Amino acid sequence: MPTLEIRDLHVSVETKEGPKPILRGVDLTIASGETHAIMGPNGSGKSTLASALAGHPKYTVTSGTVTLDGEDLLAMTVDERARAGLFLAMQYPVEVSGVSVANFLRTAKTAIDGQAPALRTWGKEVRGAMENLRMDTSFAERSVNEGFSGGEKKRHEILQMELFKPRFAILDETDSGLDVDALRIVSEGVNRAKDNTDVGVLLITHYTRILRYIKPDFVHVFVDGKIAEEGGPELADRLEEEGYDKYLGAGAVSA
Amino acid sequence: MSAETQAPEQRSDEEIIASIGAYEYGWHDSDEAGASAQRGLNEDVVRNISALKKEPEWMLNQRLKALRLFGKKPMPSWGSDLSGIDFDKIKYFVRSTEKQASSWEELPEDIKATYDKLGIPEAEKQRLVAGVAAQYESEVVYHQIREDLEEQGVIFVDTDTGLRDYPELFQEYFGTVIPSGDNKFAALNSAVWSGGSFVYVPPGVHVEIPLQAYFRINTENMGQFERTLIIADEGSYVHYVEGCTAPIYSSDSLHSAVVEIVVKKNARVRYTTIQNWSNNVYNLVTKRATAAEGATMEWVDGNIGSKVTMKYPAIYLLGEHARGETLSIAFAGEGQHQDAGAKMVHAAPNTSSSIVSKSVARGGGRTSYRGLVQVLEGASHSASNVLCDALLVDQISRSDTYPYVDVREDDVSMGHEATVSRVSEDQLFYLMSRGMEETEAMAMIVRGFVEPIARELPMEYALELNRLIELQMEGSVG
Repeated sequence: MPTLEIRDLHVSVETKEGPKPILRGVDLTIASGETHAIMGPNGSGKSTLASALAGHPKYTVTSGTVTLDGEDLLAMTVDERARAGLFLAMQYPVEVSGVSVANFLRTAKTAIDGQAPALRTWGKEVRGAMENLRMDTSFAERSVNEGFSGGEKKRHEILQMELFKPRFAILDETDSGLDVDALRIVSEGVNRAKDNTDVGVLLITHYTRILRYIKPDFVHVFVDGKIAEEGGPELADRLEEEGYDKYLGAGAVSA
Repeated sequence: MSAETQAPEQRSDEEIIASIGAYEYGWHDSDEAGASAQRGLNEDVVRNISALKKEPEWMLNQRLKALRLFGKKPMPSWGSDLSGIDFDKIKYFVRSTEKQASSWEELPEDIKATYDKLGIPEAEKQRLVAGVAAQYESEVVYHQIREDLEEQGVIFVDTDTGLRDYPELFQEYFGTVIPSGDNKFAALNSAVWSGGSFVYVPPGVHVEIPLQAYFRINTENMGQFERTLIIADEGSYVHYVEGCTAPIYSSDSLHSAVVEIVVKKNARVRYTTIQNWSNNVYNLVTKRATAAEGATMEWVDGNIGSKVTMKYPAIYLLGEHARGETLSIAFAGEGQHQDAGAKMVHAAPNTSSSIVSKSVARGGGRTSYRGLVQVLEGASHSASNVLCDALLVDQISRSDTYPYVDVREDDVSMGHEATVSRVSEDQLFYLMSRGMEETEAMAMIVRGFVEPIARELPMEYALELNRLIELQMEGSVG
């Protein structure tokens, strides 16, 4: 079974004052079809994990390994990771002016699959997926992320997840900034992708509310750049009641 | 450099890498005419050109007067570095064939082969154009116009023929929009001009499919000085499209054209240029149009090639409610300076103008936007809007903006917006995280950046532009 294996991962970020260590030894294994939630307070390094896995140039892996199906993910360029089946739904997707969503989706799909999608079925597939996410058809003609509301950006990310059919998807705070209706629509999209493709999901979130819609198999609590506690869905319920206070020692409160 | 480039999908990685920075139109034909041509400029050269063309005396006199002005006018002290131009080395007139052809088969084999490679006869066959003019060196070697347009009284001939066959119309307008003494290079053109297009569209006639001109320099150190005159009579419409290429030589050539356009009452002219000279051509062009009451003039100007371009298409809005629009794109790669822009002169009330300029610099290239908007006294209720955006693909390239505004009237509306941006790390990351290679991601960002102008181009030129962007970008990333 395909797995994404993270072993003793240490990551630094480039800052003006020099490299600053953020991740301090992360161990995590995700198998196909599984959903892992990573929860934790702000500044614990959750989003750094997402960006480092996708290969953002701002982050440097100082030690540790990541393999996707046994292949060394860290040796791959950003685009190679995508073609190997990794997808990152970003917290802050960027604008690409003058490039229509339709053109972007087709170009990306072609790049990921190594061949252009069949003309006859592709248009139908895109329209169907947009309809499911309650996106108007005029959306396809707009420039990528330009003038999109927060909710539209997140729907567009999940639209890509559904269309590109990755083997592993990282959702970086996909729930942030969404109202209840949008959260439900976006979550349904993730669940459809799970049902249809057996994708492994790494769901990064600060709050528990998205876990009412997307049921995790495992919950990991992230504190100070590593996993502090692990458990099943019941761990999320406990966090809902208790918050993260118990993980934050006196010395770490300011972090 | 081979011209028979394969379709991109058939090329291996090695071939793509080998083509980085390549210019596709860099081959040259055998060059007997050019080899024997005289270099340097004096009165005899001018007299000789005029005599070869059997011109009337007024034209010879005008040429000689322009030659004197050329001697007196200083080189521009602003804009690009022009110190590499050696006027004594240039060949001012090269005749490549004795007779103008009206079918491609009549052309000498090597010239025909050149235009075949450029795809011009094919475009004509497919009726993408309503008329074709092909200029090779100093003269137009092929000319054809659709029969139905000729029947409606549309004139589309080379400028030498225009002078010969339509002397009255020609003399009435020639040199009225751009006088010989306008600037040093307009004076040079007025002294040694040859070729170009002469277009007249009768009142009310709409030429729905573009007229196409194609300019090719073949010989080394060539000076090409075509002269174009377009007159759109009342209520008419015409779209004129020109393209240009040249071979790669180690020493420079000069292209210095003059384009004059008269847009009469309620008429509309659109003039589209895709300039793709090789990187050893100085491209110093004077383009100007006058727009009468209710008339519309549009310049669509793409500068991709050349070593140096200095070009600021101008529109004089002379009649009430006249409209002027300039859309320009410039690309500057290694060793290139594109100093381009626009000039709008509001000389009547209720006139409006718009300038949209987009430039992309990479590989140490330099783009400059240089524009002037002038509102003269009396041009009340005029409106002008200027938008210029520059995109820098790397850290070593450069972009400057020189917007000049001169308003002599109170009641006007002026807008100006300028931006300089870099391709951001986050944009590249976003597209690459969707599987696109760095080159592809970069090309997508650049294509998106110029899209507002690319969509105004005729389809085959928009496709050509996209292809050129990809070629440019292949050289831009490690």
